Amino acid sequence: MPSALVFFNELSDAPSKAQRELLTLASRFDRATLAVASEVPQSAQDVVSGYGVDKLLVAPGNDDVFIDHALSALAAAVKQSEADVVLVANDNFNREIAARLAVRLDGAVITDAIDVSADLVVTKDELAGSYSAQAKATNGTLFVTVKPNSIEDAPQAQGQQLEVQPLDYEAAATPAIRIVATEAKAVSDRPKLTEARVVVAGGRGVNGDFGPVEDLADALAGAVGASRAATDAGWISHDAQIGQTGVTVSPQLFISAGISGAIQQKAGMQTSKCIIAINKDVDAPVFEIADFGIVGDLAKVLPQAAEEIRRRQA
Amino acid sequence: MTEETTVPLKIVVLVKHVPDVQFDRHIDSASLRLDRSESVLSELDEYAVEAAVSLVESQGGFAAGHEVIAATMGGKSASNSVKKALQMGASSGFHLNDDALAGSDTVATSKALAALIEHVGDVDLVVTGMSSTDAETSVVPAQLAERLNFAQLTHALAVEFDGASRELTIRRDHADRTLSLTAALPAVLSVTDQANEPRYPNFKAIMAAKKKSITEVDLAGIGLDAEAVGASGSRSVVLDATARPAREAGTVINDSGQAGIALVDFLAEQKLI
Repeated sequence: MPSALVFFNELSDAPSKAQRELLTLASRFDRATLAVASEVPQSAQDVVSGYGVDKLLVAPGNDDVFIDHALSALAAAVKQSEADVVLVANDNFNREIAARLAVRLDGAVITDAIDVSADLVVTKDELAGSYSAQAKATNGTLFVTVKPNSIEDAPQAQGQQLEVQPLDYEAAATPAIRIVATEAKAVSDRPKLTEARVVVAGGRGVNGDFGPVEDLADALAGAVGASRAATDAGWISHDAQIGQTGVTVSPQLFISAGISGAIQQKAGMQTSKCIIAINKDVDAPVFEIADFGIVGDLAKVLPQAAEEIRRRQA
Repeated sequence: MTEETTVPLKIVVLVKHVPDVQFDRHIDSASLRLDRSESVLSELDEYAVEAAVSLVESQGGFAAGHEVIAATMGGKSASNSVKKALQMGASSGFHLNDDALAGSDTVATSKALAALIEHVGDVDLVVTGMSSTDAETSVVPAQLAERLNFAQLTHALAVEFDGASRELTIRRDHADRTLSLTAALPAVLSVTDQANEPRYPNFKAIMAAKKKSITEVDLAGIGLDAEAVGASGSRSVVLDATARPAREAGTVINDSGQAGIALVDFLAEQKLI
């Protein structure tokens, strides 16, 4: 039975949903080690120990340079843990770390995984979720980036003793990239788009007003998404963009409002469990993939639905 | 205004020939490889070409001796992507064409591209799109930085070049923040679709591109063995690929004033609320 290493660049007081999913996946293997390239608060250690992690390797680093520290820390952790499979998040930064170390350590990298079996066969999406593929490493350590919402978060009933060790790593020898400015993004109370159980997304049809979309998202405790037309028009931040050039989401429930459902838009959401579409145009392609469709005005339908949800929950 | 660099820049922009995303795309069930018969320049690579050409224009233009070399790897038709890049303003092209490249994973692809860039020689900057629109791994630029020991400036939302210090600064999203990152050349730069507005080649540019040269090389020509790439040079293998069953259309209703309620009834039926 192979052993697993999970890597987080940062870990706040409470591990994120995507981080807990990675820990759950790791707990299925023989041994599970977690390496973190920053300080780990005690409260986070308590959560981690509930996932059957045997060992926590900690390597606080330098905040003024980009990527070097994470690369050195993960390279050292792979060596120290002797893991067969390394599990990281599917965001750009973690994909890049995994891909560079696959090159450096002569291993393999597989992105966009939705599962990893006990014999290290990776199930992944291809062509924006229109194909499902299985792949494996042919040589060396296997680095896998795992899509959020693919693994059911399941801590074990009994926490176990967590051995915490500092990670011995060598300073980086890669060309320096200086962090010359940092801007915090606006903080939202809504769940993260890629991790949310429910996503309500608006497109050209919202006609500049995301109010009804946001209101329904809030009634369902969901995240807000948008088509490229809506973000390009400046109606909402580019961070909300779903589709070929934005983020890919795979929630339990996706509500599409005023989005036609062109191929590039479908690419970002077609693996959602349940899709509901609201559009004025009866011929909109989104209705071909919707489990439930409404031909109508989203400015009327969404507020009515939000009000009804709140009434039933009251 | 920042100063212009006094030493000409040699820029390689990597372009890829991919199946058109406007249409349904297929994976061949026998070879487990993508059907590339109806292919175009990856839309996201247009931003890379634009970034390279506009960087040169900000530094005195091609008359100052700067070069933008559009490079690709793959079979014969892959050179169509180079032609499009030449129309957009790249000064010359390179095509690594060898049958042994087929089936390369990202590890093998980055090995071949790094060897191609070293073959071109004295390259200051490699520019790519944020991702190909076919495999969508978006990790090859980082792997090139690793192999070439260049600074990795990837997923740029905006790009600035200081000619005096020959340093690049980009903005990129990272976790819950946006970072400004600065590094000296040589570097690998990947740009997002936020970084610029790609130009449309006009008739004059299309005619001018016909006079530009595309150098064709094979693996032996860049000093790589066939075993270094393709399936034997890859570190991962695809075992199986199956099309997911198409989603089926469900009930569609017309709103006659109560559709919001019907929507909530549907959510309740599906136990989603």
